[in-house]
Amino acid sequence: MMPSSVELYPVNNFIGDIVRSIFPQPAAAVINGLLALLSLMALVGSLGAVLIFLERKVSAHFQLRFGPMRVGPHGLLQPLADGIKAIFKEIIKPAGADTFIFFLAPLLPVSAAFLVLAVIPFDHHLQVADPAGGVLYVLGVSGLSILGILLAGWASNNKYSLLGAMRSGAQMVSFEISIALLMLLVVMLSGTASLRGIVLAQEGTIFDWWIFKLPFLGILAFIMYLVASTAELNRTPFDIAEAESELTGGFATEYSGISFAMFFLGEFVNMFVAACLVTTFFLGGFHAPLLGLPLLDPLLKLIPGFLWFFAKAFLIVFLYMWFRWTFPRVRVDQLMYLEWRIMLPASLILLMLSGLFVAQGWVG
Amino acid sequence: MKATATKENVLEFVSRYVHKTVSGFYTLTKGMDITIKYFFNPKSAITQEYPENRETLKMFDRFRGHLHMPHDENGRNACTACGICEKACPNGTISVLATKDLAGKKVLGKYIYRLSQCTFCGLCVEACPFGAITLGKNFELAVYDRNELTWVLNKPENTSQGAC
Amino acid sequence: MITESFSEYNLDGNTLPEGFRLPPPDDEEAEEFFVNIGPQHPSTHGVLRVVVRLNGETVVEVVPHLGYIHRSIEKMAENQTYVQNIHLSDRLDYLSAFSNNLCLCMAVEQALGIGVPERGEYIRLMICELQRLQSHLLWWGVLGMDMGAFTTFFYGFRERELINDIFEELCGARLTVNYFRPGGSSIDVPDTFMPRVKHLLKIMPKVLDEYSNLLNKNIIFLERTKGIGILSPEKALSYGCTGAVLRGSGISYDVRKHDPYSIYDQFDFDVPLGNTGDSYDRCQVRMEEMEQSLRILKQAAARFPGGPHRSQPQQNYKLPKGSYYSQVETPRGLLGVYIVSDGGIKPYRLKYRSPNFSNLNVLNELAAGHKVADLITIMSTLDLVIPDIDR
Repeated sequence: MMPSSVELYPVNNFIGDIVRSIFPQPAAAVINGLLALLSLMALVGSLGAVLIFLERKVSAHFQLRFGPMRVGPHGLLQPLADGIKAIFKEIIKPAGADTFIFFLAPLLPVSAAFLVLAVIPFDHHLQVADPAGGVLYVLGVSGLSILGILLAGWASNNKYSLLGAMRSGAQMVSFEISIALLMLLVVMLSGTASLRGIVLAQEGTIFDWWIFKLPFLGILAFIMYLVASTAELNRTPFDIAEAESELTGGFATEYSGISFAMFFLGEFVNMFVAACLVTTFFLGGFHAPLLGLPLLDPLLKLIPGFLWFFAKAFLIVFLYMWFRWTFPRVRVDQLMYLEWRIMLPASLILLMLSGLFVAQGWVG
Repeated sequence: MKATATKENVLEFVSRYVHKTVSGFYTLTKGMDITIKYFFNPKSAITQEYPENRETLKMFDRFRGHLHMPHDENGRNACTACGICEKACPNGTISVLATKDLAGKKVLGKYIYRLSQCTFCGLCVEACPFGAITLGKNFELAVYDRNELTWVLNKPENTSQGAC
Repeated sequence: MITESFSEYNLDGNTLPEGFRLPPPDDEEAEEFFVNIGPQHPSTHGVLRVVVRLNGETVVEVVPHLGYIHRSIEKMAENQTYVQNIHLSDRLDYLSAFSNNLCLCMAVEQALGIGVPERGEYIRLMICELQRLQSHLLWWGVLGMDMGAFTTFFYGFRERELINDIFEELCGARLTVNYFRPGGSSIDVPDTFMPRVKHLLKIMPKVLDEYSNLLNKNIIFLERTKGIGILSPEKALSYGCTGAVLRGSGISYDVRKHDPYSIYDQFDFDVPLGNTGDSYDRCQVRMEEMEQSLRILKQAAARFPGGPHRSQPQQNYKLPKGSYYSQVETPRGLLGVYIVSDGGIKPYRLKYRSPNFSNLNVLNELAAGHKVADLITIMSTLDLVIPDIDR
């Protein structure tokens, strides 16, 4: 059962091949692993900057503003300036706060994002690891980000933070169930729990993606997954854990400087990770959106898979932003109502129906 | 009979449930339609890039900025040191210090204006019977030192010229 | 329900904060705690401090604490002439500065028997209705923001900016306007006034429709406001609520309609009413009030007369000995000015009856039993302007 090191790090793209050709096997695996780690770090860092810039610009254009315009052309260097500011700001620890947990908490959401990114198949040969139970791994690890929020709220010694953390805890317990059920649906359709396997199962035209392949139910599942993942991400309309207008800053009230920036980074990278998962589960991952047209399809296929992947993921990210800058926030009990009275029964019914579809062979 | 009644109720419940969910979803898409329209229309942005547009930024004619005493090309102003503005001011912003010229006539010595106390109500300008003071267009009035907020509005040459 | 010696009651080793009246919970399990919302809080919109007694997420009791922005305007008024007092009245409720000015001027006019020329009355009416529009636009934007929909804030401000531009061009200021004078207004409207108003009248109906679609018909908004913070008509009356808060409870009282001042009796408009008195009704009343304001503006713009804008301007107004009262409908409710004069150029005593003070006091009635998030929404639907509460 022990997977060999090659399976653990399937960096069998050309960089991996070069490393393997130079170094003997155990060293090559370690070096490849380190390279993968470095590339993930670079990805998280650059994604944070890109997403924060995007959010500021997108929100600005939704709100009849220009957004950052001063640092660099059209404010392109603004994330850099923000980062430098955050690093040099004083970190304030409130009296009575639990020091260790207070400083541990901001690290957890980022590490959760980091860990999930390791199993995302960006392209055929662009994936750090592809465990057989990838979906289970994603479910388990993504809980870390909300653990960070819970710990932050508890350790801050602030009632607003505590309220935010309590809300976040309730939110996590509820929406994880829907997410898990919808993931199960995808796993059932694909016949595998490996994320790469799920993407490969959607090979073909755009109508082979799970969102379209399952007649009507696919779109429904996609929408429900979007809603549930928005709730998981603590974004408006489900940002009750932060809820500026009610709890000032929620769990992040007492954080400042780089420890707040870590929360901020974690939030944004997690948004991208959630978008990646949506892309993987429903939108055919790195597959080009082939329409079955003999002239257009070869052209679309020319574009490398990871570009398609990022394009789809950023489209989903844009959707998240669109939600955030349009909707008011729901109340905490309404959130529970949405999950337990609407989402959970609906996802159960959806699961049963698609099970029927699979059993009858109606899919595809 | 009873069974059918409950069955209808269940159907009703399901239809209401589905209707509420779907119509609720529809209301959400309507809102999203509005925001996306503005998103793809960058010209709808209404904010101004303030310090950059200083040249083109024009205040309205009646804009009430700081108090200002216009002087003609000879450096004379229309103030007669009557002190009506001083009385009209609700906040004690203005002090009109009068002196006497060589002929013994009362003239303006110093027109002291304390910007730190001014509420820009414009009552002084309204009260002035000679039109000697106006409200300026400058709104960038912040300074680093509190003392710089006390201004002498009349030009000192005025008294010397009046004396000659 | 009210315990005599509640201050002696111990909760978690602390005495119950001042102002709370409910006895300690019978349930041993209940873990109540107190949260300060304000004086610095994003959604108190000013320096209002509200101490909330919470049981988990549920509000048990709310006690507002006032005085953080008390400037003793009523005492200052005694040392200022009536004309000088007009500029102080701007600073009561900065979103309805024109109405405040008007109320004070009307009391002076009533004392001295000064009439206002027709053009002056039309200017007053149109400006006050524009003010109502801009105040409600700001309220709408802020309501959305309190609910977490930030974008409404900017959309509301977009149209508000048009109105503020009208004000700035008219009198040189956007908030603290100091515009009306006894007998009319300080200065006539500029030539661009009418085109600007007509432009506004043209675009506003479409904009209001858009607002409804964006926020007021949104399912989340409906769920957040319907059935929340119900104010019964009896309670509304006994607390002295006015404005949209009173009308949301179904009681038709609008000073413009039922005690007409200026020339409101010559205009055709409705008083929108709510049915249940919940947050949603208060919101809808304000939304419809905007439409009614547009109606009034349309009529006024059609027959805007020429002539003088002010009659009998004086440097100082000397009110005869006695007491005078006038009231207007500001965007937030009934504002009353009570002047006691000893015959001098300054009032002996000047009392403002501000709408927000009464409207704030129902907060406990409305919010108790709801969630924290609803407390914020309810506060927002009361449309409080804090400087008006403290004065």
